Order: sequence, then structure tokens, then C-alpha cells
Amino acid sequence: MQGFMRTFLSRPAGGVGLVLLALVCLLAIVAPLLYPVSPWEMVGIPFSRPGENGMLLGSDTLGRDIAAGIVHGARVSILIGFASTATALGIGVLLGCIAGYAGGAVDAAIVRFTEIFQTIPSFVLAILFVAILTPSITTIILAIGLVSWPPLSRLTRAQVKTVSQREFVQAARCQGQSTISVVLRHVLPNAVSPIIVAGSLTVAAAILIEAALSFMGLGDPNFMSWGYMIGAGRTVIRQAWWMSVFPGIAILLTVVAINLVGEALNDTLNPRISRA
Amino acid sequence: MMILSRLCAKLAGIVFTILVITSINFVLIHAAPGDPAMVIAGQSGAADAKFIEQVRAEYGLDQPFLVQLGTYIGKVVQLDLGYSYRQRAEVSQLILERLGPTLMLTLSAFFLSLIGGVLFGAFAGRRHGTWADLAVSLISLLFYATPVFWLGLMLVLVFSIQLDWLPAFGYANIRASSFGPIEYALDVAKHLILPVVTLSAIYMAVYTRLMRSSLIEVSHEDHVRTARAKGLNEGQILRRHMLRNAAVPVVTFAGLQAGALIGGAVVVETVFSWPGIGRLTFDAVTARDYPVLLGLFLMMSVLVIATNHLTDVLHRIIDPRIKGR
Repeated sequence: MQGFMRTFLSRPAGGVGLVLLALVCLLAIVAPLLYPVSPWEMVGIPFSRPGENGMLLGSDTLGRDIAAGIVHGARVSILIGFASTATALGIGVLLGCIAGYAGGAVDAAIVRFTEIFQTIPSFVLAILFVAILTPSITTIILAIGLVSWPPLSRLTRAQVKTVSQREFVQAARCQGQSTISVVLRHVLPNAVSPIIVAGSLTVAAAILIEAALSFMGLGDPNFMSWGYMIGAGRTVIRQAWWMSVFPGIAILLTVVAINLVGEALNDTLNPRISRA
Repeated sequence: MMILSRLCAKLAGIVFTILVITSINFVLIHAAPGDPAMVIAGQSGAADAKFIEQVRAEYGLDQPFLVQLGTYIGKVVQLDLGYSYRQRAEVSQLILERLGPTLMLTLSAFFLSLIGGVLFGAFAGRRHGTWADLAVSLISLLFYATPVFWLGLMLVLVFSIQLDWLPAFGYANIRASSFGPIEYALDVAKHLILPVVTLSAIYMAVYTRLMRSSLIEVSHEDHVRTARAKGLNEGQILRRHMLRNAAVPVVTFAGLQAGALIGGAVVVETVFSWPGIGRLTFDAVTARDYPVLLGLFLMMSVLVIATNHLTDVLHRIIDPRIKGR
């Protein structure tokens, strides 16, 4: 573990990413303490410029505090980013394991199914899913999970296929261990590091999809989110640039941070691949 | 004979894919809270009891589940994508009308990002480990992480509002009807610049990264060393022995991105009020016009499948080795 952290932090990008990400997570956690009033509440004069009327990042068309929105929006972005990645990992790893370990017709069928899901325009499917099943945190998480699993499934399948050829797996099988036990205790632990890396990059992609969904008006109406703020500020961008600029910077920084962490993880966990 | 059987297999694959996509639509209609007839009619049509009755009869919604699925697939096969009560038009008609501007936008973005990505990637890859390489990598990381719609808004803020160089939205000037053909084309092109740049940026970033690492990999290969030993200069080695090889994975990847590109077009068209199927999607979302959304998803999927097969052809041109496969 110590060696892991040392390698991870030896890359400046990884450290920067980790600090940024920690900052965003911290904001998300302490949001109710920093801004106890709901971000939907009108607290000041509409169209206040940044710094005016005691609002650091200004206010929106209805006099809501942009800074409060950004801090509370971090909760939604982080929650949806991680929860939908967990969903995608659940589907992708399960299917990938079955395909990679079972082989044969089952493998062929799953590969075909995955390919179809990979050709489908995923963002449009997410829009359709959320619009028809009505927007809520749950449907958004499910929709993003549903469109994000195929690359994870392919990766898992490839990994499981290679690892299950190895001698220690054959040994475990010869001992008479059940298939589930072989896969869970011997195959997966040795196949997992590229999947972790891909998963971390999926979080970043998920945050971008969530932002785009709520920009299109498909966010959960009970939660303030960065994409919604940009969408709402879009129509008045000529008069009030700050309403759309700041939430965008928040998304950009968060996604950059996660990508940096993902790349540093890749360098640490897969040294051979990354140096080739 | 070989070619014929391969063609048949390919066609069967396409048909199967479209069947799966149609089934996804069908499942979503039935998974929605409430009456499936309401979904097919759309929220605005749902108030009209007579229209709902008509939908119910037409889609056989009182029949068993499998019969319903069969009816739905049958309709899609006949290119009947339903009727938008809100817009008072056939869904297929609505989509076809808007297809041109979207194709113009996505194809321009596709080629711009591919060419830009290959050039920037080659630039950085040749200078592996230098400051120029680091700068290109950093910039592409930033663009890769930028939400597309936000980038569009920022470009509008700078180039339309601050500098007043380019129009902020729309397809053509309001007075365009009085323009001559050349003037009109120039006007549309001017309106196209910002949307295309917005949509291209993220993909250009992706292709740059891919091209960079691919070129670095190719530069270690034997044939490149041979070329160098032969005494070719670096420019010739790059042009004749490395670029084409390195570009193969980029083209493969670009083909797979067709679906994402069309998803990007949805938000870009929304930002720039570009009158394509993306803007139609946004309007349908806002009005909860489900038949239009369902039809759009199907149409876009078909477009993506078509693009995938086109890139396959492109791929064979660049890399003659895969011809036999």
C-alpha cells in the first residue's frame, strides 16, 4: 500500500488531481454547513454581479446565489458520477465475467449484445430513458449506468479470458472449487486493476452526461445541479455571463481532476502497459 | 460466393441490431409509469380521449404482449414511426426534414476533428517528451474534460458577444431569402463555424491523444528503423512510413464514435438553435413529445449503423491488409 501511494504521488498530475477531487468532495460534504439555505431559495437581488450584494459569484435571474448552487451541485455531480459508475460496473463486470469465463456460445451472444449497445447513440438513449421514466436521481443514475457498461464489459471479458488460462486458476479448478469461487477468489482479483482504471474514467464521463442531461432540462427537479444552472443561464448570457461561466468551470475542474487521478492510477496499477 | 455470404451475414447483423433497438423502444414505452397509450400519444396528445382510443386500437394495446411487440415492429418496418400530436405531423416526416442540417454539422465535425486530431497528434508524437508535446497533451486533456454545451456558450460569449465576429445562433440570416445562392451558402457557412468547432473540440482532443501514442508506438517499429537506416530524412519517414500506420487505430476509433458524435450534436444544436434533429430532440424533450423521441432514437441508431459500415470501407482503403478478412 505504501509503495502504491509513493508511485501514485510521484506523478505530479496524480497529486494535483487527488487534491482537486478531494476539494470537490469536501465541498459536497460541507455544502449544508456552508450554505444552509436551499440553493433554490431567492436570497438577494436578481442579476447581481459577482461580489455584489454579498454574493461571491453573483446571483441568477431569480436572485438565487450562484455560489450556493455550485456547492450544492457538487453533491449531485459526485453522487451521480459514482453511483452510475457502480451501476455500470455491476452490469459490465458481471457480463464480462460470464462471457470471458464461459466462452463458447454464451460468450458469442454476450459479445454481440455488447456490440449492439456500443453502437447505439448512448446519450440519446439516456435522454429517452430519463424523459419517459420521468427525471429523478434514480432514473438518471440508471440511465447513465445503462449506457456506460459496454466498454467495462469488453475490458472485463478480455482480462478474465487471459487470467483464466493461467496455471493457478487451473490448479484451483482441479482442487474442485466451484466456478463462482474460482472466478471471485482467483480470476477477478488478478484481473481487476485495468477495470479500476477504466471505472475511474467512467466516473468523469458520467458527470459529463449528467451535466448534459440536466442542461437539456432532464435533471432531478429537487436538486440543484451544474448542468441545470448553465441551461438556465444560457438565455441571459448576453447580460449575465457569470450565471453560466462558473458552473461550467466547476464541471471542468471536477472532470479534469478525475481524469488526472485515473491516469495516475493507470501508471501505478499497470506500469507495463503505460510505459510501453 | 464468399462475398455474397459475407454480405448476407452483414445484412442479418444490421437487421438484428435494428430489431434490438426497436425492442428497447417498446420496453421503454411499457416501463413508463401509467398507460402505454399515453406514452405513444405524447403528453399533449394524451388529453384527447378519442386520439388515445385510436392509438390503443392501432397499436393493439389490448392484445397479448407478444402481439403488441409484433405490431410495433411491423409499424417500424413500414417506416411508420408514429404521429406527433403536438406538431400535427408524421414523426418520420419531421425527422427527414431536419436531417440535412444535422448531417452537415456532424460530417463537418467528423472530418475536422479527424484531420485536426491526426495533425496535432503527429505534431506532439514527433516531439515526444518536449514542452510542445506536454502543451498539446495538456490542452487536449482540458478540452476532453469540457462539457460540450458549455464550450459552445463560451465560444458564443467570446466570438459573438464580445468580438461580434460570428453569429450566435441559427442556420441562416433572417434576410437570407433575398440572398443569391453564393451569398446564401457563405451565410450558412458562417453560421456553421461555431457549432462545428464546438462539436469537434472534444473529439479532436481524443484523436490527438490517440494519434500521439499511436505514432510513438509506430516509431519503435522495425520498418521505421530500416527506413532511417536507408538514409531517408525524417519528414519522408513520417509521411511515407509512419502516418498511415499510426492513423489506422484513430480511424477505427473515430468510426466507433459516430454514436457519441450524434449525441454531441443534440446538445450543440440546442445551444446554437441549429435546426437539425438534435434541436428537434430538445424540443421533444421539453414538450414531452414521446413519439418524436422514440422515432429520433431509432433514426439516429440507424444513422450510426450506416456510419459504422462506411468507416469500415474507409478502413479498408487505408489499411489494405484487412481486405482478405
